[in-house]
Amino acid sequence: MRYMLIIHNDPDLHPIPGSAEWDQLMADYGEFSKQLVEQGHTFTGDPLNDPSTATTVRVRDGETLTVDGPFAETKEWMSGYYIVDFDNLDQALRCAAMIPSAKFGSVEVRPVAEM
Amino acid sequence: MLARLIRILGDFDLAEDALQDAWVAASTTWPTRGVPDNPAGWLVTTARRKAVDRLRSVAASERRQRAWGELSITWDIGDGSQPIPDDRLRLIFTCCHPALGLEAQVALTLRSLGGLSTGEVASAFLISEPALAQRVVRAKRKIRQAGIAYRVPSPGELPERLAAVLAVIYLIFNAGYLKSSGPELVDVDLCDEALRLCGVVIDLLPDEPEPLALAAMMWFQDARRAARVDADGVPVTLEEQDRSRWDGAGLATGLDLLERAHRAGPSGPYGLKASIAALHVAAPRSDLTDWGAIVRLYDRLLEWEPTAVVRLNRAVAVAMADSPAAGLALIEQPGLADELVGYHLYEATRADLLRRSGRLDEAAASYRRARAQTDNRAEHRFIDRRLRQLADPAPR
Repeated sequence: MRYMLIIHNDPDLHPIPGSAEWDQLMADYGEFSKQLVEQGHTFTGDPLNDPSTATTVRVRDGETLTVDGPFAETKEWMSGYYIVDFDNLDQALRCAAMIPSAKFGSVEVRPVAEM
Repeated sequence: MLARLIRILGDFDLAEDALQDAWVAASTTWPTRGVPDNPAGWLVTTARRKAVDRLRSVAASERRQRAWGELSITWDIGDGSQPIPDDRLRLIFTCCHPALGLEAQVALTLRSLGGLSTGEVASAFLISEPALAQRVVRAKRKIRQAGIAYRVPSPGELPERLAAVLAVIYLIFNAGYLKSSGPELVDVDLCDEALRLCGVVIDLLPDEPEPLALAAMMWFQDARRAARVDADGVPVTLEEQDRSRWDGAGLATGLDLLERAHRAGPSGPYGLKASIAALHVAAPRSDLTDWGAIVRLYDRLLEWEPTAVVRLNRAVAVAMADSPAAGLALIEQPGLADELVGYHLYEATRADLLRRSGRLDEAAASYRRARAQTDNRAEHRFIDRRLRQLADPAPR
């Protein structure tokens, strides 16, 4: 069963790019991806650029509305995702806890709806 | 099996007891009452015993099987593929999975393991039957859609998951406890259910100390039922309770369970809370309580649960072990005060310590603030009594 692990960033707690903590975080992510491969999980995943690079599109009554910024102006913002195949939720939750950003932000675990 | 017949009545939260002269937290969720003990109490006891018998009958196990039909879980009727004890363990851990909301965990546990009907569970928690049925339906849907597996957690997961199971059981117990005495005949005794469920967990995980400690705690709490409320239905603090009204057999059962818990392994939070309760129980008079030992147990409990409420309870123990001023110094620390703003037991505790310090005007002001922070009538009456005592202190 596929799960999306949606990583939410808390900017107050997140390491600053360029710092030693940041370098460690990147190394940890490398290690995490390596472990997924070693454990034989099928997965995809990408980091996202920060919300200042976002643009939000809505179509209402045939009219397209384009707005600068992310969908929701919240303190925590979506910073990346993985989509991984697991046997059950417990596996997905264990994996989510190992995502390096889980220490600073949160990871939402939601099953992919298989059509 | 641990399951025994439990007597009726009562409404104290064990952790709050240690607050001593402060206040019984359990009163906050008490339905508004004022009814004293009742001669029909004996009849109610008998009725509840019959209810337990009914629940254990074959009819109950068939209801459980039907309820879980869509998840294909074999229950009491083993099909040979899984031993029955493991099946119950899988069921308990599935019902209490942290991915489900707490209310859903409680509803599922009572429906699936307790064999209670939707109507029985709904009335026990004072919600409508359709509302409870919806809750159960949504929980089962989540189990299916999110892929919650029907399994016993691995050893690495077990401590945390077991704590979740015990929290649900204790919640059920307190819900039963707070349905206080009264003339109504209740079909189901939640305290009975909680003790029975705890007994199942103990049977299935006999080497774990925490389930044994929780059972001990519940027995201690239950043993004090008759003394917790006075003739007018107003809660009586632990310090002022008539200890001759405590049930000796129940206390002995609790102490035996705690002893077994200590032999089984190092104490976790329930082990520590049960040990605190045991120290209260061991004192023939409240002024003979070993408060120093209680303070040290709270020190250890804070390592597990570094919460404001535990710090508050510890401050009360310090007040009793050292002096009210020492306790006040602790609870008036800005960090603690800020965290507990609006929590009426904070003001009530402060009021009590001020009272013991002889600062009567300040105590009265604090009691009045506490009173304003709660809607519970029984609590109001308790506080009003304290205010009267402050205005006109008479020899006790």
